[in-house]
Amino acid sequence: MEDLSLPKIDYAAVAPMLILFGVACVGVLFEGVLPKAARRVTQLVLALLGLVAALSVIVWQSDTRVLTAGGAVAIDGPTLFLQGAIIVLGIMALLLIGDRAMEHGGAFVAQAAITVGSEADRKQAVKEQGATEVYPLTVFAIAGMLLFVAANDLLTMFVALEVFSLPLYLLCALARRRRLLSQEAALKYFLLGAYASAFFLFGVALVYGFAGGVEFGTIHDSVTESTQSTVLLYAGLAMIAIGLLFKAAAAPFHVWTPDVYQGAPTPITGLMAACTKVAAFGGLLRVLYVGFDGVAWDYTPILGVVAVLTMLIGAVLAVTQTDIKRLLAYSSIANAGYLLVGVLALSKDGLSSTMFYLVAYGFTVIAAFGVVTLVRDADGEATHLSRWAGLGRRSPLYAGIFTFILLAFAGIPLTSGFIAKFAVFGAALDSGEAWLVVFGVVTSMLLAFPYLRVVVMMWLSEPGESTPTVSIPGGLTAAALVIGVVATLVLGVAPAPLLDLTTSAADFVR
Amino acid sequence: MAGYLGSYATLGLLLLASVVVFVGAFSANRLLRPASPAEPIGKRETYECGVDPVGGDWAQAQIRYYVYAYLYVLFAVEAVFLFPWAVIFDRPGFGATTVVEMAIFVAVLALGILYAWRKRILTWT
Repeated sequence: MEDLSLPKIDYAAVAPMLILFGVACVGVLFEGVLPKAARRVTQLVLALLGLVAALSVIVWQSDTRVLTAGGAVAIDGPTLFLQGAIIVLGIMALLLIGDRAMEHGGAFVAQAAITVGSEADRKQAVKEQGATEVYPLTVFAIAGMLLFVAANDLLTMFVALEVFSLPLYLLCALARRRRLLSQEAALKYFLLGAYASAFFLFGVALVYGFAGGVEFGTIHDSVTESTQSTVLLYAGLAMIAIGLLFKAAAAPFHVWTPDVYQGAPTPITGLMAACTKVAAFGGLLRVLYVGFDGVAWDYTPILGVVAVLTMLIGAVLAVTQTDIKRLLAYSSIANAGYLLVGVLALSKDGLSSTMFYLVAYGFTVIAAFGVVTLVRDADGEATHLSRWAGLGRRSPLYAGIFTFILLAFAGIPLTSGFIAKFAVFGAALDSGEAWLVVFGVVTSMLLAFPYLRVVVMMWLSEPGESTPTVSIPGGLTAAALVIGVVATLVLGVAPAPLLDLTTSAADFVR
Repeated sequence: MAGYLGSYATLGLLLLASVVVFVGAFSANRLLRPASPAEPIGKRETYECGVDPVGGDWAQAQIRYYVYAYLYVLFAVEAVFLFPWAVIFDRPGFGATTVVEMAIFVAVLALGILYAWRKRILTWT
């Protein structure tokens, strides 16, 4: 029998993940032992402290470049950068999740198991505070994302995929208002997500059949050296890509996005749009750059078509939307397309510009969903676009903030959106992917139309009877909004520090 | 019985005889039976035993069982990891680290039970 030995683990390097998983477990414990009244504040503070602690460890460890845990986890530049990005965006999302100032009891239902519309449901809608399980669930999801971008073999990646997906499925179902829509969204997300996970797992099996291992180093070696038939390799890579592109919301695997973004509680939509996107593209970058770079010539055209399709579908269908959350969902699909353009540059510039784009987009999109939580009437959030007409007269400040956010999405100079698009398109041009850039620029112009339509509607229409009032945000939402807007502005005016950081971080270890 | 198709005449006769027997039997049955036969419940079932052998397509399961199924799965999966661990944990080179790791693993699962208990899921309502 072969001698077994324990894998060496560099505990300092994996500490951020350990801290977050620990904090989430303690959160579950608190849920069990604390009295109801004390739970919300304790959970929120605990989760925020955990995230800040994990972030400080990442900053402290910022020079680490190591493969650890038997080669299952790679802590390198992109990992640390993306983990930091996920945590910062996660803190913003957590601020939105924790706010209860706009609505009695917060954005979450007290007991999700109570039948919608029953007597008990009406009672809990009026009286009960929202469930506090959302905090440990959010921390579990964020910890899973950290592991996902650090995973250095396909199996660890799959486990991390499930760890961050399962809490998200649950969180989607917990909306306080429009509970049926929320539950439908969660079920759709769960079924399609399970389907995509199955594809991913089949892909892992096929790649294992080709390479004889699941570590990216092994896969890289056998992709460049192996002489056996490549059918398994291509089929496996295609299925793995399907699993990842589903999470990244790229066409034609995007169909869940509008329904789920619309149905999920808005803070959770923000979490998904920012953090899940970072995690999904982090995983995709590692798979394509570290594991399968030997067949780059073969997958670039196919993923290029996917990118073009994603940009087109996102931009064209965004024009037809009448609901602000669905509009932002299609905008998020189109942005997945721009990110894919950066990924397909397949160069150091491509890597660094994609990471920059992820951070810039994340800050802006969380701020956008933060504003969506503010525009409300008696029935909760007023998401139909017609209701936003004349908002500029009613509350110029928030209409102004939202206008700035939409301009950033549209890629107007002096916002982070411009710099980010410029960076990914520049990287793609340098790598000779001009056709992707052409489609990118054309769809950007197309996509500016729905954004500007909302801007025009807010400022140039008379406020009608049905124009809702804008709630004064609680301190937490206000903090998230300020962080998002300031980051969008600063990254647009002075992007150099972050660009330098992404450039210095853009080296994978193998 | 000669000729080219002669051997088929036997078959033809057999078919004819079977038709006669069949029609005769059913006609006799019709003449002899009561005018309006009884239709007790279950008479036309596959098995006349009084129990519905097929049943509807809508079966009910008690939703309360699913929690116990969950909790069972939790500990069934734990056992999968405990058995191989039990074989090797006392070998040289493993020692305290291995024990602590398994303790953490079991503690995380125990946390699940604790949560279920505190949320009063274990009481049968």
